Amino acid sequence: MTANDPSPNHLQLTRDGQLRHFLTLDGLDRELLTDILDTADSFIEVGERRIKKVPLLRGRTVVNLFFESSTRTRSTFELAAKRLSADVLNLDISTSSTSKGESLSDTLLNLEAMASDMFVVRHSQSGAQHFIAESVTPGVAIINAGDGRHAHPTQAMLDMLTIRQHKGGFEGLKVAIVGDILHSRVARSQIRALNELGAAEVRAIAPATLLPTDVESLGCTVEYDMARGMKDLDVVMMLRLQKERMEGALLPSEREFYRLYGLNQEKLALAKPDCIVMHPGPINRGVEIESAVADGPQSVILNQVTNGIAIRMAVMSMAMSGQTAERQQKLSDTGEAAQ
Amino acid sequence: MNATEQTLRITGGRLFDGQGELRDNPGLLIRGGLVAGVGDAAARADSEYDATGCVVAPGFVDLCCNLREPGNGQKGNIASETRAAAHGGFTTVCASPETSPVNDSSAVTHLIREAASSRGAVRVLPIGAITRGLQGELLSDMAGLKAAGCVAVGNGSRGVINARTLRRCMAYAQTFGLTVMFSPENQALAADGYAHDGQVATRLGLLGIPEVAETAAVMEMLLLAEETGVRLHLSQLSCARSVEMLAQARQRGIAVTADVAMHQLVFTDQALAGFDSRFHVRPPLRSETDRRALVAGVREGVIDAIVSQHQPHDSAAKQAPLAASEPGLSSIESVLSLGLELVQRGELDLSRLLEALSSGPASVVERRAAIAEGMPADLCVFECEGQWLPSAQTLLSEGRHGPVLDRSLPGRMKLTLVAGGVAWSDAG
Repeated sequence: MTANDPSPNHLQLTRDGQLRHFLTLDGLDRELLTDILDTADSFIEVGERRIKKVPLLRGRTVVNLFFESSTRTRSTFELAAKRLSADVLNLDISTSSTSKGESLSDTLLNLEAMASDMFVVRHSQSGAQHFIAESVTPGVAIINAGDGRHAHPTQAMLDMLTIRQHKGGFEGLKVAIVGDILHSRVARSQIRALNELGAAEVRAIAPATLLPTDVESLGCTVEYDMARGMKDLDVVMMLRLQKERMEGALLPSEREFYRLYGLNQEKLALAKPDCIVMHPGPINRGVEIESAVADGPQSVILNQVTNGIAIRMAVMSMAMSGQTAERQQKLSDTGEAAQ
Repeated sequence: MNATEQTLRITGGRLFDGQGELRDNPGLLIRGGLVAGVGDAAARADSEYDATGCVVAPGFVDLCCNLREPGNGQKGNIASETRAAAHGGFTTVCASPETSPVNDSSAVTHLIREAASSRGAVRVLPIGAITRGLQGELLSDMAGLKAAGCVAVGNGSRGVINARTLRRCMAYAQTFGLTVMFSPENQALAADGYAHDGQVATRLGLLGIPEVAETAAVMEMLLLAEETGVRLHLSQLSCARSVEMLAQARQRGIAVTADVAMHQLVFTDQALAGFDSRFHVRPPLRSETDRRALVAGVREGVIDAIVSQHQPHDSAAKQAPLAASEPGLSSIESVLSLGLELVQRGELDLSRLLEALSSGPASVVERRAAIAEGMPADLCVFECEGQWLPSAQTLLSEGRHGPVLDRSLPGRMKLTLVAGGVAWSDAG
């Protein structure tokens, strides 16, 4: 069914081009991405109210299905769902059924029996959410909260929202992504979003061992030398470095990595004076970023966290309304067929 | 297998006798399980088969087939998978040593041969494990395996731990004149990968297997084969560069043959673009450049044989996210059809396709596949143009994960004979 249709759109969009799952930014056009950003903007105001709730998902059940633990992403999804008035169930699967040998298909069947309307899924394997979206009952929305090295679309979109707030738009922007791009689902989604939204240049700054094969095909240039790469930047996005990378012979030491690719004030001074500094968190101070930079005036790292809730509210409400529209469409189709 | 003195005449259609070009079928007479005459139109026969509009060819020989018996009954068994083979036009399949227990002793070889002779629809030639338990460390009892009926020894789809062991495996096999069959893969370079290390894997965040995982192993194996003098068969090539190295080795006079799986000639890593776990195969589907070079390798005779690399699975093994699924396609029933699509697109000649499915692989295991007087009547009859629909209902294999499903394919199989007996017929 999917083998011959490589585009993910048959899965995540309805016939009318509305979002019904949110799996990847691949195949989503500028208009839809802008729509997500605009919707998120409107939810930011909700977070500033005394009563931070809207009834868009009232009566709906959202299950946070985390096969890989993550306190922060899960918390922002939970908060987003609650602000939309949904009932939320958090399931940390990494420590339960799968370790007992239950297959993903079986786990899903059990959860569907609980009549949920939406699964927010994080999984360590690339494409797991595609698999889930293909196998769930129609009407249930799947939101990707990070799959393997593939995609982390809500993270990339909250980054885009942060950039738009600070830069007004994307035209002409020079953006660098620094660090472990090979293992990063965040970087893949960011590169895709920046290209679609019209950034002028996306640079990948990393040693060759932390870059995937043919990384330029994603839509970026490669720079090994960070000093050169920082030149004229409007935005620098740092990535988290996992400690395991030393063991796989990808890097010699944290110290050497920090010296070459860590962001300190000296390197930041090579960028444009109003260059903003971003990081998906959690940050490793002294490994990829200096404290003075992380806490400095150009850092927008905490804005990213705030924007994360608004973006997740936007995506959840859009996917739910796409599912509802599709169901109504189907009902009217069958109604017409019956006549 | 029917070996009575009943006679059958096959008339009409075109004949491919194992080499050269196709010609009008002059009439085949089959008696006592043998081809009794070619072009003997006058002789009387007990029954007639009208092959008008069809091609009559030697039964296909598969050098790489997983029958899943003993040990993996949930995925398939000798009865089901040889029936599927017959449906695909195959009359001989080489059984991979990757069974449970592994075919590393004469006892297991005997078990397979007995099961094949009582329940098999086609001939089964076991391949022995070259290392004990396929662990890649200790030599298996190769002389014993040969005596029990193994036609070659290999390591299945698993690598050999190191070059020293590989060198000794080859030298020991050479002592007994055994052909060694290896799927070349450097395990350290392949590591945890499961997809071609290229643009698709980069975009989807799949763990890649670089081309050098294969080409480095091919080079190592060619050098060791040259030194030890063993007859080497490289199985399931996937890279353009491997074909190039193979051609050069042949020029140097190294005794090496090679095969490629049909799906490598048809699909590329683009098949994974929707995370379709069906196309999780090993070696992985690679780029269009590789695919073209592999087809050219077959066309020019550098690659001797096309194999099915049939790997039937139970649905749970495939119904999982790509990385968690098991590699392999249930492919044996669609090999011919996919090949005919290559012929239709002008990438391969029909005669070359049939050669690479019959006489090519047969000679690798020192057999002959030909339609000639005195040869066993192992043959297949199919319609090139006739369409069929591979689906969960029409596939005979226990594995329902064919490379093409629910789209009609050319090459409808009409009849498969093994030693003159009907192994499969569309007449039921």
